[in-house]
Amino acid sequence: MKKLRDCIDKIKPNFMPGGKFAMFRSVFEGFETFLFVPATTSQSGVHIHDNVDSKRTMTIVILALMPALLFGMYNVGYQHYLAIGQLESVGFFTLFFFGLLAVLPKIIVSYVVGLGIEFTVAQWRGHEIQEGFLVSGMLIPMIVPVDTPLWMIAVATAFAVIFAKEVFGGTGMNIFNVALVTRAFLFFAYPSKMSGDAVFVRTSDTFGMGAGQLIDGYSGATPLGQAATHGGGDLVLHNIAGEPLSTLDYIVGLIPGSIGETSLIAILLGAVVLLWTGVASWRVMLSVFVGGLFMSWVAAAFASPVYAGSLLSPIDQICLGGFAFAAVFMATDPVTGARTRTGQYIYGFLIGVIAILIRVYNTGYPEGAMLAVLLMNVFAPLIDYFVVEANIRRRLKRAKR
Amino acid sequence: MANVIKLKKGLDIPLEGQPNARTIDAAACEYYALVPDDFHGIVPKVLVKAGDAVSVGTPLMCDKNNPALRFVSPVSGEVSAVTRGERRKVLDITVKSDGQMTQSATPATKPVGDLSADEIKELLLANGLFMFIKQRPYDIIATPTDTPRDIFVTAWDSAPLAPDFDYILAGREADLQTGIDVLCKLTAGSVYLGIRNGSPIHIKGAQTVAFEGRHPAGNVGVQIQHIAPVNKGETVWTLNAFDLLLIGRFFRTGKLDFSRTVALTGSEVKSPCYVRTILGARLDSIVGDNLIPADYHRRYISGNVLTGVHASEHDYLRAYHSQVTVIPEGDDCHEMLGWALPGFGKYSASRSFFSWLAGRRQYRFDARLHGGERAIIMANEYDKVLPMDILPEFLIKAVIAFDIDKMENLGIYEVAPEDFALCEFVDTSKLPVQAIIREGLDRLRKEMN
Repeated sequence: MKKLRDCIDKIKPNFMPGGKFAMFRSVFEGFETFLFVPATTSQSGVHIHDNVDSKRTMTIVILALMPALLFGMYNVGYQHYLAIGQLESVGFFTLFFFGLLAVLPKIIVSYVVGLGIEFTVAQWRGHEIQEGFLVSGMLIPMIVPVDTPLWMIAVATAFAVIFAKEVFGGTGMNIFNVALVTRAFLFFAYPSKMSGDAVFVRTSDTFGMGAGQLIDGYSGATPLGQAATHGGGDLVLHNIAGEPLSTLDYIVGLIPGSIGETSLIAILLGAVVLLWTGVASWRVMLSVFVGGLFMSWVAAAFASPVYAGSLLSPIDQICLGGFAFAAVFMATDPVTGARTRTGQYIYGFLIGVIAILIRVYNTGYPEGAMLAVLLMNVFAPLIDYFVVEANIRRRLKRAKR
Repeated sequence: MANVIKLKKGLDIPLEGQPNARTIDAAACEYYALVPDDFHGIVPKVLVKAGDAVSVGTPLMCDKNNPALRFVSPVSGEVSAVTRGERRKVLDITVKSDGQMTQSATPATKPVGDLSADEIKELLLANGLFMFIKQRPYDIIATPTDTPRDIFVTAWDSAPLAPDFDYILAGREADLQTGIDVLCKLTAGSVYLGIRNGSPIHIKGAQTVAFEGRHPAGNVGVQIQHIAPVNKGETVWTLNAFDLLLIGRFFRTGKLDFSRTVALTGSEVKSPCYVRTILGARLDSIVGDNLIPADYHRRYISGNVLTGVHASEHDYLRAYHSQVTVIPEGDDCHEMLGWALPGFGKYSASRSFFSWLAGRRQYRFDARLHGGERAIIMANEYDKVLPMDILPEFLIKAVIAFDIDKMENLGIYEVAPEDFALCEFVDTSKLPVQAIIREGLDRLRKEMN
């Protein structure tokens, strides 16, 4: 450790202004602060600071994502081997390893493209490298279907980082959640590739692993996809092998869907981490669930076969699709969400309501969580505006008395 | 003592180095200084030059815009230097003490009860005691010609490792009472004394309000908010009871005496305790050899760790401070991958480090920032430590943008930088919040006058 420190101190002058590699200063500082917590001491204001910094905060979010990611990898393998009818003959590690092979390239592509742009922009503007993309880069592979082509992820990530973030001024300045912009870009730019039944389960082999024939009766539709295309009669959701699913299956999460979104249990584990550390706002998280339950209860109360989504119970609505993932990891993004305490209740509640509203009553979109969060991102400043106005009015009223 | 206000928000930072209830005398000190930077809202005009003989109460400088507002020598002796910095800015005026404490004060000719408000103001101004009275809005030295709506005194310093006012007060209750009597003459409204709930302080003439909660519950700004908030166009005066003791003593005895008991605190102090010294004394006379041995850099702070002034042992006890803190500087710590480690021994107001496992223990803080400056990312961080009906994040943003209407509407007249000290401590984005508020107040004042 001492040696590494000495080595860094030795090469450091080269990267400072006037040095040989001054053009790489941001990148160098990025790596230096990554390796060593900066020893800068306070020069004005308070003399002591809390240990937490944005690197730590982002690390906590990534940690909270891990259960959902690891489960997602396992589920990718599980769905694949279920589809080729070899589930009984392979073990846990094969399933997981297959998923790892399928998911890892997406993570790498997302990080390489996104961080590449971040580094370039930081250097160009002479900023320190900021950590925001560490989380976005992990979220992106988790909210796409497993069979999304890598080049699409690369294009979408580049679009989102440049147009949803850097043009607004970088981390902390963006209006829209970067990961969701990536997802929305994919959804609207490549609709034929991104919707339907073909992308949520990997049916081909991955790097030569897990080759096999699809079983008879295979259907790759996600539960929400099935609900959206439901023709009439009783709504019974099936897994990809045609067996009926129960609420317990939705909670455990061995169902087709985007990589990180299927398991309620894994997502709630992440939620516990976020709430316990205080990184995410419980007000937002709770009110998204409340809003979602409320709207699905309304939908269920007026259930109609025309909108087959309304035939699902409120609990199922919460467990299925990206709802829980959006509530825990997307809605709680502090930068794009409401920032006042009162505003957070309203913001979260409306996300929950709109997500179910879109999901049930717009048959064109089987899932509404992504659009609900993006829509509320737009309204978050407005909600805050009214909360701030209320504070101002209180003050004026007091002055008049 | 019927009135108890309980505050839920706030934070008591668990620092090592709490002072023990033991008072010692400071070592003999040769040099004392007055530092113009301590006084906000004035333009210093030096009235002495090196070599001049001074006694306790001789004016060293005054406010250029209001020459009646004088700042006097705390000791008798000879002016040793008027140090100037860039653009001839006065950095400090140092006085070499002769140890005699010769007086040149203008004592009151009548008992406090018979003095008029103007006579009291005159006495405070002439004897350099008016500087202890500050005002909201702007958190500056009060304008003597104003008549404040109310006067607020806080007798509770809730800052980390702060001196216990009840301990310092012991035996000086008469000074406090006289001080309150003096203040009562200066306002048509009320004089409020904010105390810690459970404190034995008993005062006549002022309305006593007890507060319960964590820091910044002892800040006068927070107390004003919960007693009678400042509205636009109103002026209130504020004082610290530690300073009020000096005013009370002067009116009671007729002698000018700037000696005060300060708390010597911090993890670097071998045996934290109280020290009797005189305002403006050099810090090394207060600290002495009461430090643990160390081969690393140390930071001397006049004041507390949140609002104090970065000093060295050759600097001086500043005008408003009753505390000296010594902590490690920490500039030689290069912690590898610190943001990723569990961090069992690292304190955080959030639970991002595993130190919450350790429960209630005290920490040895150093002066590191622990991160780089960022845009404001986390929401509600400031809210948790500011027990006022103020939206700190929005106020700070309005100040940065210098949107005067917004600042007024969001309560800029009610706050002082010290109220935001904890916001700065907990801030993930490491923004200089106090400096932002200070600059906002100063610019606003320039705009409005």
